[in-house]
Amino acid sequence: MLDAAKIKQDFPILAKLVYGKPLVYLDNAATSQKPSSVIQTLVDYYEGYNSNVHRGVHALSMESTQRYEEAREKIARFIGSPGSENLIYVRNTTEGINLVANTWARANVNDGDEILTTEMEHHSNLVPWQQLAKARNATLRFIPVTDEGTLDLSNIDSLINHRTKLVAMTHMSNVLGTINPVKDLTAKAHAVGAHVLIDAAQSVPHLPVDVTHLDCDFLAFSSHKMLGPTGIGGLYVKSDTLEQMEPFLTGGEMVQEVTFEGATWNDLPMRFEAGTPNIAGSIGLGAAVDYLEALGMENVHQHETEITQYALQALKELAEEFTFYGPTDPARRGGIVSFSSPHVHPHDLGTILDQAGIAIRAGHHCAMPLVRDRLGVAATARASFYIYNTTEEVDLLVTTLKDALRYFSKSLSLP
Amino acid sequence: MQEMHPAHLDDLYQEVILDHYRNPRNHGEIPNPHVSSRGFNPFCGDEVFLGLNLDANQKIESVAFHGQGCSISQASASILTTLVKNKSLPEAEDLSQLLRELLRGKELSDDELDQIGDMEALQGVRQFPIRVKCALLPWATLDDGIADYRSNISP
Repeated sequence: MLDAAKIKQDFPILAKLVYGKPLVYLDNAATSQKPSSVIQTLVDYYEGYNSNVHRGVHALSMESTQRYEEAREKIARFIGSPGSENLIYVRNTTEGINLVANTWARANVNDGDEILTTEMEHHSNLVPWQQLAKARNATLRFIPVTDEGTLDLSNIDSLINHRTKLVAMTHMSNVLGTINPVKDLTAKAHAVGAHVLIDAAQSVPHLPVDVTHLDCDFLAFSSHKMLGPTGIGGLYVKSDTLEQMEPFLTGGEMVQEVTFEGATWNDLPMRFEAGTPNIAGSIGLGAAVDYLEALGMENVHQHETEITQYALQALKELAEEFTFYGPTDPARRGGIVSFSSPHVHPHDLGTILDQAGIAIRAGHHCAMPLVRDRLGVAATARASFYIYNTTEEVDLLVTTLKDALRYFSKSLSLP
Repeated sequence: MQEMHPAHLDDLYQEVILDHYRNPRNHGEIPNPHVSSRGFNPFCGDEVFLGLNLDANQKIESVAFHGQGCSISQASASILTTLVKNKSLPEAEDLSQLLRELLRGKELSDDELDQIGDMEALQGVRQFPIRVKCALLPWATLDDGIADYRSNISP
């Protein structure tokens, strides 16, 4: 297990008190906290070499361009990309998915084609495909979710068929914590000639991810969930596909030569990066990758598996009051635990935990169809872990959940 | 970080609120109501359906709600139904306005306090700004329903 107490010291915000109590931050699936090393890169950029990239001949611009591209190489290597030209800087996972929907998919998904996704997607990997299906007269189909919260693959050979043009799926559910067999599904999709997009917003921060090993065509992730700044993320695109794609946003930076009549496109990946990019954010994400690599992603994953198992074990004594969602097999889930109770609404739980200094998420987690239509509840409470969380924090969560139950049951007559 | 003052859970979850949550008044549905509306808070999934019938004098003769959500939104809906009965639509709207003022921190006069009944217990929500929307949801639903009703009867 990682030395979480020592790691905590690298994160200034985790030393803060909330309502006079130590902050217990269990909302990592929404966004992670940032270590000093990442924060310092932002200060260093703005104080030391703030300048635009790929333009100036002056010293500052050369330094910012070099650091910006070094960060790209580092991030590309971190996800196993064969080259840095395969990594497009985007604002976040949502923008990465929208880029694919508006470029490759618009050009390749036609009347009668099928797009296959799953019932456990975040809205960001669902709404772009609903829109695309409408625009291209294609059909959106879903891999169902079992009661245990895993993908139901019993009909997968009919769901992935010769009409399937794209399989778009999450690597790890932000509600259930389920880790999906994306490599196997990618092989099945490729066997019928379909492309594969992986929403890796929850996996790249927490598991070793290697795009070459997975063999996916697209993979999108966000910096802010992996210790990096907000407003930056990455979209990996496999080389053969990337070369065929038309630009998404157009304007400066993405062009080679412009006349009054038209333009030619810049080299990859700049062709997809119109306008001045998030330079500080990109370099900050590079520093976040440095931090995670120093810990080792296998160790990060193992730490979270252990914390999650500890939590599920400790929460067992509340099994009569709460329903817990997600797979029971520790090998099939990451550090996310969602739960609900008929006695205390998740929003009320969120307020009571907040008063104890514990930050969790309560709601539909931007996955309304899964939570409302599949799990059958309006909302769940969700605790999500990262490298700085300790078993003592889990103990405090359990104690406070008991307090919350007592609080409501002192006037509620429990059945 | 902005300094956070400890708020008091007992102020939020007053016994009156928990009682309305536990034993909601006028819970159910009115068939073919004159005024009906659905309120939804996408932030937390809270949902309130409200229906009212008017008598010959345009007073609220019967009212019912159902829905799902946190203790604050559901208790507020229950309180609403107890307060608007036998009121005219403008009087119901005035109550909605009074709650908004109460939650904005206005000190109500004795006369106003007499009108709002159990709604006074909702003032603890002021210490929990994120929960103000929960308390207002049923009342915003009422305002929407009345506006729809008026636009339908006078096209």
